Amino acid sequence: MTDTIVETNRPIGVYTRPKGGGGWRDWVTTVDHKKIGILYGATALVFFVVGGCEALLIRLQLATPNGTILGADTYNQVFTMHGVTMIFLAAMPLAAAFGNYLIPLQIGARDVAFPRLNALSFWVFLAGAIFLNLSWVLGGAPDGGWFGYAPNSGIIYSPSVGMDFYAIGLQITGIASLVSAINLTVTILNMRAPGMTLFKMPVFTWMMLVVQLLLVFAMPVIAVALFLLIFSRQFGANFFNTEMGADPLLWQHLFWIFGHPEVYILILPSFGIISEVIPTFSRKPIFGYEFMVFSGIAIGFMGWGVWAHHMFASGIGPLSVAAFSLSTMFIAVPTGVKILNWLATMWGGKIKFTAAMLFAVGVISMFTIGGLSGVTHAMSPADTQQTDTYYVVAHFHYVIFGGIIFGLFSGFYFWWPKVFGHMLNETMGKINFWVMLVGFNMTFGPMHTLGLQGMSRRIDTYSPGFGFELWNMVASIGSFIIATSVLIFVINVIVSAVKAKGQPHCGPDPWDARSLEWMTPNPTPEHNFDEVPVVESLDEFWHRKYGTDEEGRIVRVATAEEVCQDGSATGVHLPSPSYWPLVFSAGLPLVGLGLIFSLWLTIPGGIMMVGSLFAWVFEPVDDPDGPHGHHDDSEETATEEAPVV
Amino acid sequence: MSEAATTEHPTNTGISHNKLAMWVFLGSECLLFGALISTYLLYRNEFHTGPAPGDIFDIPFTSVSSFVLLMSSLTMVLALSALKRGDIRNNRLWLLTTALLGALFIGGQVYEFTSFVREGLGFTTSPFSSAFFTLTGFHGIHVSLGIVMLMSLLISSLRGNLKEKNSETVEIVGLYWHFVDVVWIFIFTVIYLVPNPTS
Repeated sequence: MTDTIVETNRPIGVYTRPKGGGGWRDWVTTVDHKKIGILYGATALVFFVVGGCEALLIRLQLATPNGTILGADTYNQVFTMHGVTMIFLAAMPLAAAFGNYLIPLQIGARDVAFPRLNALSFWVFLAGAIFLNLSWVLGGAPDGGWFGYAPNSGIIYSPSVGMDFYAIGLQITGIASLVSAINLTVTILNMRAPGMTLFKMPVFTWMMLVVQLLLVFAMPVIAVALFLLIFSRQFGANFFNTEMGADPLLWQHLFWIFGHPEVYILILPSFGIISEVIPTFSRKPIFGYEFMVFSGIAIGFMGWGVWAHHMFASGIGPLSVAAFSLSTMFIAVPTGVKILNWLATMWGGKIKFTAAMLFAVGVISMFTIGGLSGVTHAMSPADTQQTDTYYVVAHFHYVIFGGIIFGLFSGFYFWWPKVFGHMLNETMGKINFWVMLVGFNMTFGPMHTLGLQGMSRRIDTYSPGFGFELWNMVASIGSFIIATSVLIFVINVIVSAVKAKGQPHCGPDPWDARSLEWMTPNPTPEHNFDEVPVVESLDEFWHRKYGTDEEGRIVRVATAEEVCQDGSATGVHLPSPSYWPLVFSAGLPLVGLGLIFSLWLTIPGGIMMVGSLFAWVFEPVDDPDGPHGHHDDSEETATEEAPVV
Repeated sequence: MSEAATTEHPTNTGISHNKLAMWVFLGSECLLFGALISTYLLYRNEFHTGPAPGDIFDIPFTSVSSFVLLMSSLTMVLALSALKRGDIRNNRLWLLTTALLGALFIGGQVYEFTSFVREGLGFTTSPFSSAFFTLTGFHGIHVSLGIVMLMSLLISSLRGNLKEKNSETVEIVGLYWHFVDVVWIFIFTVIYLVPNPTS
């Protein structure tokens, strides 16, 4: 027993055995950052498959000229929902899954700063995701593109309820992102283990900190844009009414002031993941840690100064175009620094090409292609030629799929044993990678050509004779190869889980890893650390395993079993579960539906939200006998988790 | 409990979780109002056929209600300092005063809105009117939420739960309240004090 373990026999908030009870009730009331991470990941993977099916529909429609699989209207809905789903319901929550699970572990904390708010973020996200997809059966999905340009998104050009679902649904998921961002920011700044200064934090945690700050400042901007859209559509406001002198570019500016930081919100978690994977499998510390961190911060700052490069063709004037051209070229510099550092990390290393490492190398190569085509957009004369063509589609899929999805898969293979206590099958993982790589390049590579040949994006079909047939067919075949690779992943998950059943958990350190999360046993016990570690260096876990002998050679000084904690601590004080985050979140879509269909529905929704807020405030957090009338959000138990030794 | 825990287990920054979260949230709010103010600035001349800003604003009236709101920041400070001294009675008095001053401001806004509507400036009259009501409306909602927080503190105090050791809770509500006041200084300047076009 150490002094971080609170000895108490109070009934609430104490788990005598640090072990989950199992059962659905456990999951819907959980405030454990690891369970919430798993919930985020599972939900996001479901939506990844949904968005993927939408992509397959698009590719089926475009495989041949004059496709008839989808009508024009349905096509608009499908490509809009493909974008919205992949960005807001798959990529962002997958990053949140990794962040939730790993950040407290990497900084040596027992949970996040506000465990109940963390649960709230997840349930609100799920409510928003379900709300958005309800539109399919309640009058038509959004049809104005994920960017929802005005005045096309207005009531005149998009009379179905689709764009209402878009505006309100994204507003709901935005609340989830903002709450989660505040929570994780406070967690990282306030709850690091003793000795873990900011510059001893793993790169993943650093990148996530930058992402959370980007979210904190970007979400309110899209919130305003969406409010303007909701007010325009629901209450007849004139924000985008050009007949009265409104400027439709207002939407584009607000959207992209959010939208470009959003690009980095999406990519930086992946950068963080591979910055953990590459050093581990190159058996070298990351090259230029400080450069890695500062380039991430630089991207975070410069990401705010490039938004108008999405608007070069909208007539913003030569001065703006020149300025944003320059800033866009500049932002390639910190990104280039990162790529160089990953390469230098691998240089001279004893590289082990595991599935996780293959995906990480996939990120470096594929993202670089996407980055280079991105620089061609920065040159505005070229961009005016490329705008709204498939060249742009090719570019951002190389960045988003090649950069983000590959990175997330790298993370899956790397941290799967951490989360579930068993490995994913490596051979299937490698097959997964190669099939995905081939399918990915077959799908999106030809789109460069299609775009330069003049095929415009968002069209639902094309006529024969323009030279589009071959490459569209290749892309469509490629998309099904990608689908196959995802299927291989799903099979791998199932097969590995079945095989692991009844077997003992994998050892504590399957990869000979470097950072603090591996100091806990696999899978992570409910209380994370038996004893909060005192951190002395970057790559703390590695330094506890290795030292140098008298000739300066690196030698193993301790086995993983000696260094890892065994997870046997009992009576560790943990925050108690709560129903209220779920109840609050269930009220939000009711309010949303009420705004669209009948204001009466907002009443039960509002009652649920206000009621659960009060219940939240008054529920005894950890001491049923103590005073609990404060109107603050304090998660008293969380402060217990503050590092002490 | 939380306060005891906080003093026992200092955070890395030395700032409690709750206070740091409020600061981060207020940072986010800056961008929210920034975007709304930008929208208003874009549309302040787009009054179409409706009333122009210069025709309709009653600057002396709004100046008085702005003064009322700014004074509420003073009383908020007094409420906090009373609690820090352990003076529960004055803490309640100043919390109530702050809430009342806020309510007075909101009352002024309701009066202003109704008189504008009577003079022909509705929410849908022009891009200017939409932007005006949205910006000031969002600020009004923020003040109203602040009043709810203040009243919750007051009720909590009357139930005997707001003691000297809880002064940080009051401080955090105060942070929010001061922020909303500071934002109003910007909004007041941008909307009322900058010379406005007339029709």
